[in-house]
Amino acid sequence: MINKSFPSAAEAVADIPDGATILVGGFGAAGSPVELLHALIDQGARDLTVINNNTGSGHIGLAALIEQGRVQKMICSFPRTAGSTVFQSLYSEEKIELELVPQGTLAERIRAGGAGIPAFYTPTAVGTLLAEGKESRIFGDREHLLEFGIRADYALIKCRQADRLGNLVFNKTARNFSPIMAMAANTTIVQTNNMVEAGEIDPEVIVTPAIFVDRLVSIPDASEESSLVAAGARYP
Amino acid sequence: MSSATEQEAGWTRDDIAHNIALDIEDGAIVNLGIGMPELVASHIPPGIEVLFHTENGLLGMGLPPPKGQEDPELINAGKRPVTAIPGAAFFHHADSFAMIRGGHIDVCVLGAMEVSEAGDLANWSLGADDTAPAVGGAMDLVAGARRILIATRHCTRDGKPKLVKSCSYPVTGLKVVNRIYTDLAILEVCPEGLRVMRRAPGIGMSDLRRVTGATLVE
Repeated sequence: MINKSFPSAAEAVADIPDGATILVGGFGAAGSPVELLHALIDQGARDLTVINNNTGSGHIGLAALIEQGRVQKMICSFPRTAGSTVFQSLYSEEKIELELVPQGTLAERIRAGGAGIPAFYTPTAVGTLLAEGKESRIFGDREHLLEFGIRADYALIKCRQADRLGNLVFNKTARNFSPIMAMAANTTIVQTNNMVEAGEIDPEVIVTPAIFVDRLVSIPDASEESSLVAAGARYP
Repeated sequence: MSSATEQEAGWTRDDIAHNIALDIEDGAIVNLGIGMPELVASHIPPGIEVLFHTENGLLGMGLPPPKGQEDPELINAGKRPVTAIPGAAFFHHADSFAMIRGGHIDVCVLGAMEVSEAGDLANWSLGADDTAPAVGGAMDLVAGARRILIATRHCTRDGKPKLVKSCSYPVTGLKVVNRIYTDLAILEVCPEGLRVMRRAPGIGMSDLRRVTGATLVE
């Protein structure tokens, strides 16, 4: 019998080792897997490479993981979201590495990684500072840059509803990077607000099919990152 | 003319947004950047139906919700609360940027730090070393959207021209801008320089030349 269910966030992230590469879903606060991130803070893994569009806000979730000095490198498109002070201060002290990637290139690198495509060409960033050191090639009359697919050891994502097999449905713009991150990790760990039986989600509306999901944790009363940040919450 | 009255001459931010909205065709798919470009949504004339795309995964973005009805999981690319119109669709980031990369976005309106007379755009970095650089989706949008319109003040706060011969800030893309809408004029990027399509009331060509670094064509 297929059983991906874990009793707690702590048990779902227990085997993440030091030095792991982790895809973290969310765009700003929307879709941030706060409980999985807090479980990872409690768990203690260090020297992590994290891929997320941003770098967290306030002192909870991804920002708290960074603040605890557990992330050695961020791969992201926009580390300057409102309230994102933790990353900035470590960055100016040169205590954290940054690989800045245009947002669409970041998404496509993750999608390609998940689809088994090692690299692709794109016109994005041609002629800019972010093209430095990149292989380029002309297709038609236009220059393109070679970009590499991203694969990770783990993905931590949040969804609105999951069935027992790991079929997922998301909520509005909280979907963002999560479906492609689920595809690009060796182990995809999902927290869901609503766990249901197989067959309860219409197969026509499933966004992420179960094949991309390895572990499920039911967290019906999940925190909203934006409310925690607004309340000035800190973790731990 | 004193500098104070110079500040007041020309179009307001809403006038600029209005000028842009009038140039957007019925049925267009439109992506609006953060800041002044966001105002364009409120100026689409009655009878014109456009669909707003926001790169974090929504086609059919509506205006911001009334206070108290914000949904933290329904936001725009600037991470501010928005609404979804009837007929809206949500999708993941790779699909969203396939819409951009694949040339499916008709019009993208962006802000600018500088625009060169060749249509190069600088709007992502001041080149300062101590702050972490941040690019977001700007480089993808300028590479992929079919038309790039710029909404900007003609000069910086301290009076320096933003329309220049060549950009001094790091560029977002080369030869990507189609048209520029400022408080003083509407300009089209053309092989000879920036063609002045329209000037704000009370703004003469000599006024415009004085505050523009780029080559102007009448």
